[in-house]
This record gives sequence, C-alpha cells and structure tokens, in this order.
Amino acid sequence: MKCSEFLQELTNYLDGVLDEPTKVELENHLSWCHNCYVVCDTTKKTIEIYRDSQLYELPEDLRNRLRNAIMTKCLQQRRRGPQNA
Amino acid sequence: MGAIQNKLSVPVSDEMALVQAAKKGDDSAFEELVRRYDRNVFRIAQHITQNREDAEDVVQEAFLKAYGNLAQFQEQSKFYTWLVRIAVNEALMKLRRRRPERTVSLDEDIKTEDDSLPREIADWSPNPEQLYNQSELREILSKTIQGLPPGFRTVFVLRDVEGLSTEETAAALELSVPAVKSRLLRARLQLRDRLSRYFQKRERESGHDGNGKNNPSGDGDL
Repeated sequence: MKCSEFLQELTNYLDGVLDEPTKVELENHLSWCHNCYVVCDTTKKTIEIYRDSQLYELPEDLRNRLRNAIMTKCLQQRRRGPQNA
Repeated sequence: MGAIQNKLSVPVSDEMALVQAAKKGDDSAFEELVRRYDRNVFRIAQHITQNREDAEDVVQEAFLKAYGNLAQFQEQSKFYTWLVRIAVNEALMKLRRRRPERTVSLDEDIKTEDDSLPREIADWSPNPEQLYNQSELREILSKTIQGLPPGFRTVFVLRDVEGLSTEETAAALELSVPAVKSRLLRARLQLRDRLSRYFQKRERESGHDGNGKNNPSGDGDL
C-alpha cells in the first residue's frame, strides 16, 4: 500500500468501516511508515479535540429565551391558521 | 490505533411518539423536541454561519419551519435528520446574505485533491490540552474551522461533532454518500494540517522539543 492509497482509506479506517483484509494492509503500512502514522494519529486527535471542545455551547439563559420565543411564535402561527411556511 | 468512538447516537426511542403528538396539536410534545435538539441546532448553525446572532436566528427559524411543516414530515426518516436539513438550509441562507459577493452552496469549493495533502507531519507533543487553557484552545479551534469552506465544515460538524452517520449526513445535506465521504476526508485532513501548524508554531516559540520531525514548509500561519 502506498501513502496516497492509505490517505484515501483514512476516513474509512477511522470510522471503523473497512473490511478486514484492507484494515490489515493499512495497519501493516502504519507499522513502518512514520509519516502516515503521525497523520493518522493527529487526524484522530483533531476529531476528538473538536468533539470534546464544547465549542458553541448554548448558555442556559439564552436557551430558555430562545425556547420561549419559539413556542410563542409557534402559537401565533397556529392562531393565524395553516399556511405555507 | 483503532477507530474513533461516536459520542452520541441520537435517542430515537420516543422521538416518533413526540412527533405524532405534536402533529396532533400537543405543543408540550413539540417543546420537548425543541429541548432535545436546540443545542445541536445552535452548534450546527454557529459552525456554518460563524456568527452568534445568526445562529440564534437559525435556531428560531428552523424550529418554526419545522412546526409549520410538521404535517408534511414523512416519518420514514428521523425527525432530527429532517430538522438538521432545515437548519442547514437556513444557516446557508444567512451566510449568503452576509456574503452576497460569493455564492455559498454545498457544491462549491470542489478543487483538486491536492489541497488536502498533508504538509505538516509532526506529532502533537506535548498535547494541545497541556499547551493551552480551555478558552485559548476553543479560540484556536474556532479560528481554524472558520478557514474551511462552508461545504467542508458543514460535513465535518454533522459527522464528527454531532455524530450523524454518513448516510444521515448525506440525507440531511442532499448529497451522495461518496460526496460526503470525500468532503469529510478533506475537511479532516485540512483541519489536522492547520492545527498541526498552529501547535508546532507554539511549541517552537515556547522552546518545547516535541517529537520534532517537522516539515520545514509549515510556517505556522493559519
């Protein structure tokens, strides 16, 4: 397996959806190719760091305000009767 | 090195019951759906628009549209996927309004494959969590993802932050599965490359020696 082939399969590998023979081939490549190992490892860390970052969390007070506004507008919309939104 | 673990699988057990009750006019059921998904919709909207006010508007407009069109919702798909599709469209519209000079669509930004080839090959050592405090790190992550084309960051946020499957992401964005996979790969690699350059720059500045097998082309600029 070449590095470019490894890259093409990286997403499938990280998502755990590769068939067994391809996975074995890929892990064999990782065992000796330092660059691909680092790319794979840091890509995995990139995903994890975003997933765990709590970026753009909705603060509870804003959340309550938004929900109240949504429900008020929903009721108004219903009172106006069915329409094509 | 194994596969990454999905953080969330959206609870669907009673989702359909809530949707059916809401369709019959039970507003508390709809409110429960809002509670269940408002944080997700807000995160997705802010990732796409990169603007907090716009994200707030998108949350309201997406739920209002869902409410108004609930009768049309076909229950073959998950409510959440349907809601995400509405929210993504609203968010893209906001983005278009803010950047009228550019056409923003999920189909743009299709360049050659070269844009995603790794350039910065270096371990993250020490870990970014050791280099930065939480708010610094969030700022870096936010700046970094802003640099991605909207079509890429949308796929990344749905798949990797929100934990939608490839098929759900494809359905929500009305893209093919291969298109989602291709964008996800490129989004992940571009983010990795940008973060690596950032972390390496900080490491060099702070005099850490890391595991420095650096590619000299990485100049550390985002």
